Amino acid sequence: MADSNNLSFVRTEMLQGQTPPLGERGIVRWIRLNLMATPIDAILTVFAIFLLAWFVPPMINWLFIQASWSGADRAVCSTVAQGGVMPDGWSGACWAYVNANFNQFMYGRYPLEEHWRVNLVGIIFSLLLIALLTPKAPFKTANAIVFFFIFPIFAFFLLVGGWFGLPYIETATWGGLLVTLVLSFVGIAVSLPLGIVLALGRRSKMPVIKMLCVIFIEMVRGIPLVTVLFMASYMLPLFLPPGVSFDKFLRALIGVALFASAYMAEVVRGGLQAIPKGQYEGADSLGLSYWQKTGLIILPQALKMVIPGIVNTFIGLFKDTSLVSIISMFDLLGTVRQHFNDANWASPQTPISGLIFAGFVFWIFCFGMSRYSIFMERRLDTGHKH
Amino acid sequence: MASQDITPVGTDSAKASLLNDPKIRGYIYQVVVLVVLVGLVYWVVNNTIANLQRAHLATGFGFLDGRSGFDISSHPFTSYSSDSTYINALYVGFLNTLLVAVVGIITATIIGFIIGVGRLSHNWLIRKLCTVYVEVFRNIPPLLVIFFWYSGVLAVLPQARQSIALPFSTFLNNRGFFFPVPIFGEGAWLAGAAFILAIIGTFFVRRWAYKRQMATGQQFPVLLTGLALIIGLPLLAFALKGFPLTFNRPVLGSFNLSGGSLVGPEFMSLYLALSFYTASFIAEIVRSGIRGVGKGQSEAAHALGLRAGTTTRLVVVPQALRIIIPPLSSQFLNLTKNSSLAVAVGYPDLFAVGGTILNQTGRSIEVVTIFIIVYLSLSVLTSLFMNWFNAKMALVER
Repeated sequence: MADSNNLSFVRTEMLQGQTPPLGERGIVRWIRLNLMATPIDAILTVFAIFLLAWFVPPMINWLFIQASWSGADRAVCSTVAQGGVMPDGWSGACWAYVNANFNQFMYGRYPLEEHWRVNLVGIIFSLLLIALLTPKAPFKTANAIVFFFIFPIFAFFLLVGGWFGLPYIETATWGGLLVTLVLSFVGIAVSLPLGIVLALGRRSKMPVIKMLCVIFIEMVRGIPLVTVLFMASYMLPLFLPPGVSFDKFLRALIGVALFASAYMAEVVRGGLQAIPKGQYEGADSLGLSYWQKTGLIILPQALKMVIPGIVNTFIGLFKDTSLVSIISMFDLLGTVRQHFNDANWASPQTPISGLIFAGFVFWIFCFGMSRYSIFMERRLDTGHKH
Repeated sequence: MASQDITPVGTDSAKASLLNDPKIRGYIYQVVVLVVLVGLVYWVVNNTIANLQRAHLATGFGFLDGRSGFDISSHPFTSYSSDSTYINALYVGFLNTLLVAVVGIITATIIGFIIGVGRLSHNWLIRKLCTVYVEVFRNIPPLLVIFFWYSGVLAVLPQARQSIALPFSTFLNNRGFFFPVPIFGEGAWLAGAAFILAIIGTFFVRRWAYKRQMATGQQFPVLLTGLALIIGLPLLAFALKGFPLTFNRPVLGSFNLSGGSLVGPEFMSLYLALSFYTASFIAEIVRSGIRGVGKGQSEAAHALGLRAGTTTRLVVVPQALRIIIPPLSSQFLNLTKNSSLAVAVGYPDLFAVGGTILNQTGRSIEVVTIFIIVYLSLSVLTSLFMNWFNAKMALVER
C-alpha cells in the first residue's frame, strides 16, 4: 500500500470565514426570514403594514398631538359648534377631564383633608409589597406576617377612622382606585386560604365535607359574579336578624371574596391532583399527620405548580371588582363613569378619554401581575417539568 | 443529634383513645360540620321569615303571572308588550341572553382562532400584532370594554340624519346599525327545501367517500362537492322560481332612516365587547393547544411525505383540539355568564329584566333563585355538551 508519491495535503492555517452573501446577513436576512419567508407571508406583511398605517398615526394624533391636556371645564374639549373653544372638526383626547378629576378617580369622595391617610396606607402597602415580592429582600416570614395580619388591621383603623382622634369616614364616601385596590387586596387575601381549604375539602375522604365543598364550588362557578353581588346586596340583609345590618362595602367584599375562592379552589385542586401519589405515601410512611403532610409536603409543591393559575385568578378578581358599580358602588370605573354626566365636562370626547384612562390603570396592574407571575414561575422552576 | 427519648409507638396502642382513630375522628368532624350547617340554615331561614313578616312581603312564585307593566326595547323572537306577564318578560330576557351568548361565542371563536394562529406565525409583524391584541384585551375588565363601545364609540356616532353609509345599503348612526332584511316571495320554500336536501346529500356523500377511501384508498373531494351542493342546489331552485327575493332596504330620509332592520347600540356594544374580550383568552388557548402537540408529530408527518397543509389538517389539528376543547368550553361558559353585564348598558337580557322585576316587586329571593337556576342549568348544559364532544374527540387508547 505504500505509495512513494506523497499526495496528502495538510492545511496548516484555517481558512478565513467569508462574509455571507448580502441576502443572508443583517437586516436583509432578518426581513427575508421574518417578514417575507413565503408569498403568503409577504402578503400578510403588506396587510399588517397597511393596518398599522391606517390605525396608528390617527391614534397617536388623537391621543397626544390633538389632545387637550389642561383646562378648567368642557370648553377645552369641545368644538365651537359644541360650545367650546376648539376649531370645528377637532377631535382629540380630553386629558384635561382626567387631570381635573384625578383626585376623584383616586379617592372618590374621601374628604380632601384626610387624603394623607389613604396615601400613608398606600405607601406602607407598596413598601411591604415590594419587599415581599423582591426575592433578595430579607425577613420574608416577618414581612409576610406584617403584610397579611398586622397591616390590614392598621389599614382598617386608619382608613375608617373613629379612633385616636381621627374622624370617622363612611365607606359610602370611598371611591375610585381606593375601592378597587381595597376590594382586590381583601379578595386576594381571603380567597387564597379559603380556596385552599375548599380544594382540600373537595379531595377529602369524608363524604359530607367533600359534598359540601363540591356544591359550593360548582354553584358559585356556575353563576355570574353580578348574581353573587345581587345576593350579597339584596338577600344578605334578609338572612340576618332584624336590626343587624352590614355595611354595603363589606357585603360587596364578602361577595367578591367568596366568588374568587371558588375559582381559586379549582386552580389549587389542579395542583393537588398533579402531585404524584408517591409524595402522599412517602409522607404517610414518615408518620406525618394529615396537616403536617399537607402543609410540609403537598401544598408547597402543589401551589408552586399552579402559580400561573393563581395569578390568573388574582387578575380575574382584580378585573371583576369593576362589577361593583352595578350595585351602585363606585370603584375606579364607576367613578369615571359617574363623572361623564358632570355638566361641567360633558363633551363627545369625555367618555372615551375617561375610559381609556381607567383601562390604562387596570391594564398596568393586570399586566404587572402577569409579568411577575412569569418571572416567579421561571425562578421557582426546579426542573421537575418535562 | 435530635432527641433520642422517643417512646416506642404501638406498645400501648390497645389502650389508645378512640379519638385517635382517624376513622372515628372523621365521623366526629362530619357530624360537627353537619350540626353547624343545619344550625346556620335554621338560623338564616328563621331570620328570613321574621324579616319578611316584618316587612309584610309575600313569598312564592305566584307573582310571575302578574302584569309586568314595563317595556322591553328588544324582543326579536317573541311578541311582548307591557301588558305581558312577568314570566313572559323573563322569557324574553332569557332569549336575549341566549342570542348574545350564541352570536358572541361564534364570533369570539373565529377571532380567537385567527389571533391564536397568528401568534404562532413565522411573520414577525403578525406575531407582534396578535400579541399586542391579546395583552391589551386580556388585562382590561370586560365591563370597561362594554362601556368603551357603548359610551365611547357608539354614543358619539352622528345622528340619524348624517348616518354613515356602509356597503350593502347598511347604515351606522347613534341609534344603531341598520341593515336590509330579505323578504322571501312565493316559492322561496323550494330554495329552503333544496338547502336542507343539499346538507343531507353532503352527509351521504361524505359517508360514501369515507367508505370508498377505506376500501380502495382513493380520495374524493368531499369539501368541494359539499360546497357545490349546498350553494348550487338552492341557487338552482331560486332560479327555477325566478328569484322570488326582495330586500327591505333602509332608506335615508331627510330626518330619519326608514325600512330595514336595526341592531341597537346596547346589543352591539355587548356583543362586540364580549367577543373581543373572550377572543383574547381563546387565542391563548389555541396557541397553547397547537404548541402542545409535540414537534415530532409534524416532523414524522413530513417524513412520511405529507404536505404542510395535510400535516396541519390531519395530524396537528386533531391532536391540538383535544388540548383546546376543555378550556375552550369554560371560556364559552364565561362568555355566557359575562353576558349578564348587559345590565350595565340596559340591554334587556335575563339579568337586566330580572333586576327590573326585583325593583318593581321586591321579590329578591325568588328573582335571585331564578337567576341561579337558569345560569346553573346553562352551565350544566354547556358542560354536558362539551364533555360529550370531548369524549368523542378524545384519544382512544388501548
